[in-house]
Order: sequence, then structure tokens, then C-alpha cells
Amino acid sequence: MGVIAMKPFAALLDALVLTPSRNAKLRLIVDYIAATPDPDRGYAIAAITRDLDIPSVKPAMIRALVEARVDPVLFGYSYDFVGDLAETVSLIWPAEEERPSPSPLRGGSMRSVGVGVSDGEEPPPGSAHLRDPHRPPLKGEVKNADLPLATIVETLQISSRSDGPRLVERWLDALDPPGRYALLKLITGGMRIGVSSRLVKQALADFGGKDVTEIEELWHGLAIPYTNLFAWLDGTGPKPESAAAAPFRPVMLANPADTEDLARYDPADYCAEWKWDGIRVQATAEKGVARIYSRTGDDISRSFPDLLAAMDFEGSIDGELLVGHFEDGAIRPGTFGDLQQRLNRKTVSAKQQAKFPAFVRAYDLLQEGGDDLRPLPFETRRARLEAFVATLPADRFDLSPLVPFKIWEEVAAKRNAPPAPIIEGLMLKRRDSIYVPGRPKGPWFKFKRDPFLIDAVLMYAQRGHGKRSSFYSDYTFGVWTGEADDPALVPVGKAYFGFTDEELKQIDKFVRDNTVERFGPVRSVRAEPDHGLVLEVAFEGLNRSTRHKSGVAMRFPRISRLRWDKPPFEADRLETLEAMLD
Amino acid sequence: MKPDKLLHPTDKGLYCPPGDFFIDPVKPVDRALITHGHADHARAGHAHVMATRETLDIMGIRYGENFAGATQEATLGKAVTINGVTVSFHPAGHVLGSAQIAVEAGGTRIVASGDYKRRADPTCAGFEVVPCDVFITEATFGLPVFIHPDDGGEIARLLDSVARFPERAHLVGAYALGKAQRVIALIRKAGYAETIFIHGAMEKLCTYYRRQGIDLGPLAPATIDKGARDQFAGKIIVGPPSAFADKWARRFPDPVACFASGWMRVRQRAKQRGVELPLILSDHSDWDELTQTIRDTGASEVWVTHGREEALVRWCELSQIRAKPLNLVGYEDEAE
Ligand SMILES: [Zn+2]
Repeated sequence: MGVIAMKPFAALLDALVLTPSRNAKLRLIVDYIAATPDPDRGYAIAAITRDLDIPSVKPAMIRALVEARVDPVLFGYSYDFVGDLAETVSLIWPAEEERPSPSPLRGGSMRSVGVGVSDGEEPPPGSAHLRDPHRPPLKGEVKNADLPLATIVETLQISSRSDGPRLVERWLDALDPPGRYALLKLITGGMRIGVSSRLVKQALADFGGKDVTEIEELWHGLAIPYTNLFAWLDGTGPKPESAAAAPFRPVMLANPADTEDLARYDPADYCAEWKWDGIRVQATAEKGVARIYSRTGDDISRSFPDLLAAMDFEGSIDGELLVGHFEDGAIRPGTFGDLQQRLNRKTVSAKQQAKFPAFVRAYDLLQEGGDDLRPLPFETRRARLEAFVATLPADRFDLSPLVPFKIWEEVAAKRNAPPAPIIEGLMLKRRDSIYVPGRPKGPWFKFKRDPFLIDAVLMYAQRGHGKRSSFYSDYTFGVWTGEADDPALVPVGKAYFGFTDEELKQIDKFVRDNTVERFGPVRSVRAEPDHGLVLEVAFEGLNRSTRHKSGVAMRFPRISRLRWDKPPFEADRLETLEAMLD
Repeated sequence: MKPDKLLHPTDKGLYCPPGDFFIDPVKPVDRALITHGHADHARAGHAHVMATRETLDIMGIRYGENFAGATQEATLGKAVTINGVTVSFHPAGHVLGSAQIAVEAGGTRIVASGDYKRRADPTCAGFEVVPCDVFITEATFGLPVFIHPDDGGEIARLLDSVARFPERAHLVGAYALGKAQRVIALIRKAGYAETIFIHGAMEKLCTYYRRQGIDLGPLAPATIDKGARDQFAGKIIVGPPSAFADKWARRFPDPVACFASGWMRVRQRAKQRGVELPLILSDHSDWDELTQTIRDTGASEVWVTHGREEALVRWCELSQIRAKPLNLVGYEDEAE
């Protein structure tokens, strides 16, 4: 059947890029799914979640294609300006029909960026004639309506590395710039459109009226283009069987609590354990398949081959992924900064693996062999977990110890005096709680340590997006450094939340009234020892950073108070932050 | 005469030693020839200014009647002699009154084109090709990724969005001189007859354009009546891009931020500015227009200024045309 394909997909990508609101993004994806037939919608979804992999197409090949048609120097200038390969190629691509006919000077209508000056037979590269702005669009610019995504993906998946480029070239010729952009994003990944796979799963759940945890649970057993999933979501088919080996099990999460909330519960009903500040993972190995999942069900195995290799068991562990060295019979966890060395990397070198080995500090056991432990009470699961972890390699798996306590006040005190810096606070788990997905009220609580606080001085403000676009709402702040009688500010972080709407208006007014310089959407503001705005900044932790001039990077900074009362010279100094590093 | 004896850059702007005048100087000078009324080309405070009638009027509107010691009206296509140098003004197609300035002495002709575009614009006279030895071109959109689409299509996208979101106000960011009036004229050409609301900063210029016989249809100031927040629902409001960052923008209900600019061709640019509906509408030449114009003038040498000089110089090299960047200071390329 004649499927209109590339145009709506291109329109979807464009709209997602420019839509700031999460709800509006969800609506766009839901509308797209509703309007698009199988299997195209499945391929589109897989491209956005970055699950689609087409081995015959690589970015370097796309670059080679465009440089065969466009002077590489001009392409380089353009790429530098635009900053995104797919977008640059989509805009600069001179379609086949536009290439010159052999008569020089006035003959062709080639976009005048061509190569081949040396060849006397070729027209000079500038042989373009001005395109008449009133003539109808080029032939190729409307043809993209009938290029189904399925044709593209399925053809490329069976084509060789030499055929792939030829096909891509032909399609680029047939598409208009938004279509080319969508094609290149489809086949190379690297979306950069501000959509997480979590958001896509939420949109799928919204579309089918399901709970997102159901989608997460199924996700890794599904095959692209997800036809059986859509049949279920459409209401025309059964729920797909969870077919994957080592599937993801939707994660149980805790609600935040403070002493007041906890007073309503009996401390004797709860166990406490440290809340480690790494990444929450599910390490699952079944029937010879091992996978490491993030808490939203993304498969992150590829980043941790060292850990994966040690997963020789039958079961599913819920735990915290950290980096650390095995010494004297125990693992000593590193800092969050060390862990960052291992995150967001497609490939991890042997050196990085040796320097920052990954391990799992286990919280819970969800599956052991053929037994699903999730319907059992926490205490029972914990006993099974202790026995289970004892059989695993001690340099890759250890237990998150329970923290004994009698009364809530003890918990409140302990959470602020953790035995290691890489602890965010305490977790409280009801002894009889079964393991259920989501964030049920009551069985689990997290009691975070109090945040670190410093007083910093507002240095730069940037305009926000969406509803905040007429406000200066993103703030860069700094602390003092240098001689006490001649101090200078060094930026230490950025924050764009933590304040009320009323406070936002006040800061916005301060920024406008105290602007020193403007750089596009950014303004620098007066920040002098005797004149400026002091912000009390709360943050969860501090890392060493070579990328920041200050040498430190804050974790989750937010504005906790506006200190109109405080003169800037009383704000903190960099030494205070440096002391927090150790 | 060697071209750089006839015109060369100084810190005050492009200077002609034999004629003793400047073109679009950025600092006050004795004698200035001005291509068009945009603030970075037309500045107040010169002793003597020569420009088209419209450019002189626009400078008067922006800076007050005493913007220069004396003024002299340039008639398009008519040559005059200044200290032995022949000077003539020719339409540039950029904004109302915009002109290229041809300077000729000792058998050498240089055309300083100011800002220019080649496509039709209902608010100003179309660009005229002036054959010359040296062509001085702008390069605001001097990269092959910049190809401006047909303006009718861009306006159609705006009107579609207005029809689709009748509860939202459409805020169109457009430069106060030229772009704003062109956007409004194009909206009228597309058949939209309702009142268009304008920011206060545009009022005088819109009035001037209308007096020059350019039909802008019914306009009203975008001032809010007390307690009538909904009065702009489904309406089109045109304001300078800078006003969007301003408190002024907060009066509109759930606005759709639109921006009419050649920069909108690049998604990340639009995203950075918080634009929801980018409209690719430019009063500057796109890549094809720039390169075609260089060819059309038959110039054997090209001087490239404000913008992405390096790419256009590279293109000239590939086309075996001598070219160099002209390092003039003081021109903005972001604003329009
Ligand atoms: Zn201009």
C-alpha cells in the first residue's frame, strides 16, 4: 500500500526539537503513533530510543558521500557552524537533479559548492544560475512522501557496506532538507532531539492506556518494529509474552520521607540500609544471557564489560553500580567522579576498566534460578540475597549492609554521618514488603542526608525556554578566590530551579537592572564585593573536575534561598568547597 | 587606478581617499555615503550625509531631524561627482531605500553593495546588477547550508499555525526596519485581513512605509486593556526579536514564539532562542544568491565583509576569482 512515511516522521523530529514541554512532546509522539501504520511507527520509535542499529551505515560514510559532491572545505565551515552532521548534510546536499549539465557558465543549476575545478571539461564550480524564487519547488523536494521508513531500514539491513552508501545517496537525492535530516537521523542514530527512551515508553503507555512499567518489562523481549506490542496497544492483540532471555523487571522505588513522616510508622517494622550514590541497576543473568539494566530498563551492558563478564549466575539482582578496588577482602568504593569515568561511553578501554573497575553493591534479589522472589517479603528476599551474593566473585559483587537502629531519631542522625562520602542517605524498607514496580506509598522510604550549602554570587543569567522564555532563569554563580583584599569570582556551578515563581521575578528584575554585558541570550551581571546578589546554593555532592576552571563540579545544585540581606563579600570562598572534596 | 587606492577599510569604515568620503562609516566623519537605514550602517553625527530619500527619511525617524549637519539626496541611477570620483546609487533589494553604491575613478569601478537580496520583496525596489571590477559583498548567510525557501511557504506555515491554535497568540519576532513590514505585507498578500498588532518600537516605521504607498492593512498597537488577557488569543503580533526577552512578552496568552530570520534554517539556532515556529525569511542573500550575484557583476575581484567571509572567499578561489576578506569592524550579523 502507498504509505506516506518520511514527511510525518520528519515533521515529528522537527516538532520534538523545538517543543520544550514534556507533555507536549508526549502528545506529539502519541499522535504520531496513532496516525502511522505498522511497521513504520515501530522503526520510528526504535530510531528515537536508539535501539535501531544499521551496521552498513556509519557517520564517516555519510561524510564521505557529501564530500564527493561538495567542496570539503566549504562542508567543513558549514559543519563547524551547524554543529550536527545530519543537519549539515541535509541542508548542504546538492540533489542529483541540481547537478550541472556540461554546458559551462549558464548550463546547470548545481548548488555551487562542487568539487572538480581542475578538470577542464567540468564547468567551473560556480556555474549556478540563480534559482528563480517564484518557480515551483525542485522535483526531488516533494517526492519524499512515498519513501516508507520500512523500505529504508529493511533494505539497508540486508545490504553490504558498499551498497549501503549508494542507496543512501539515492534517497538523499529524492528528499527535501527535512526529509534528509530525518533519513540521516533514522539510519545513524545520534538523535539529539531531547527525547529519552523513558519518555518514548511513557508515550507508548499513554497511547495504549497502559502503565509504563508494563512497557518497560516487555521492552527487551520485543523485536523491532514492535508489531505485536502495537497490536496490544491498539487493542487488537494479546499482551506480548515477555520473551527475552534475562528480561528487565520493573524497579521498585522509594518515596522521600523526613522524621515527621516516619513518626507515623513503627520503627520495628523497618530495616535500614545505606543509599549508595552510584547508578541503580538490575544485573540479570539467565540461561547464558547477561544484561545490566538501568532503572528505567535501558540496557547499559555495553558500558560495563568487566562486570558483565563476572555475571555467571542464574538470577536477577537489584543493586547499585559503583566503581572501586578490591583490597584486603573487601571492595573500597571510589568517588562519584570516578564512576563518571565509566558513564556514557560507547566503548570502554582496558585501561579505564582497570583503573575504575565496576561492581554491584546488592540491595535485593528478584529472581533466583526458577524462583520469582518478588512476591516474598523483604526479609525473606534479604536472606536469599545474602546466601546468593556469598557465591559470587567478591571483587564484583558485595552486599549493601543493613544499618541497625531502634528509634527514628537514630536514623535521622545516622543519615547525616555516613561512613563513606558516596552515600546519599538511608533507605528504609518494611520487613514484610513484597517487591512491586513503581513507587507505592508506605513500604519503602528514602531519607536523604541534608544537602551541602554554600553562599555564592550570581555572575551570569541566561534566558529560559518555553514558559520561562521572557525570564532570566538559568543562573551561573561563583565563589571568591585569590587575595582577601583583591578577591575575584570563579564560577562553580549552574542552577535553574529551586526558587518560587515570585523569586524568579525578583531575580529577573535584578538581572535586568544590573546587566553589565550581553552575549546573545546570556547577560553578565554586577558581581562585586559590595554589589551583587548572593544565592544560597544547595547541592548533593562535589567532584573534582578538570573541565571547570574552579577545579570542582557540583552535583544537583539548586537555589535554596535568595540572600538579599547578605553582602557579596560575605559569600563563600573556593577553599571552602575544596575542603569538602576530602 | 588600483582598487585599494580607490577604497580601503579604516577604523572608521570604508574610505575613498581621492573622493574624501566614507561608505557606511561606524564613527562620525565629515562626508558619509550611506547604503541603507539599518543602525549598524546608518549612524547619526556625520557632518554631511548622502543617501536615498527613503534612507534619509528613515534616519530622521530614528535619530531625529538633526541626525547630520547637511544631507544630500541620491537619485537612483544618476551619477554625481565628488572630488573627481564618480558616484552612483542603485537598488539593493534589502529594505526600503536600500542602495548599492558604485564608486568609479581612473577607469576602475567598485560596487559597495551594503546588504542585499535578489528575490522579490513587496516593500522595496528589486536589486539591480551593476557590472564592476571589484564587487564588495556581504556574507551574512555566506555558507552553502543557507538556502532561503520560498517566502510564501513560510507565511503559509505561520497562517496554518494561527488556524490550528486559535487560543494562542502568535508572536512574530522581526527586525523593526524592513523585516517587520515585509512580514506584514506578505501576510496580507496571503489573504489575511485581520488586524495585526505591533510593538511600539515599530509604529513610526510602519506609518512611514504606509505613507510610501506600501499596503500593510489594519494595524494596532499591542497594548493590553485592563483585565483582557484573552484579547490576543488567535492574533498575530509582530515585535522586534529583543522584545521577546522582555517583560513585554508576558502579556500574551500561551504565546507561540515565531522568529522570521534566515538563521531559522538551522534547528539548533531556533532551539537556542526558544523559537517554536521558525520562519525562514531573510532580507539578506542566501548562498545561491551571493554566488550568482558575484558572477552576474562580472567582477574580477571580490571583497567579502560582515559574515562568514572565509566560505565565500573559498568559493571565489574555486571559481578562479580573486577574493579577500575585508575586515570592517562594527557591523552586526546577528540582529537580522
Ligand atoms: Zn541591513
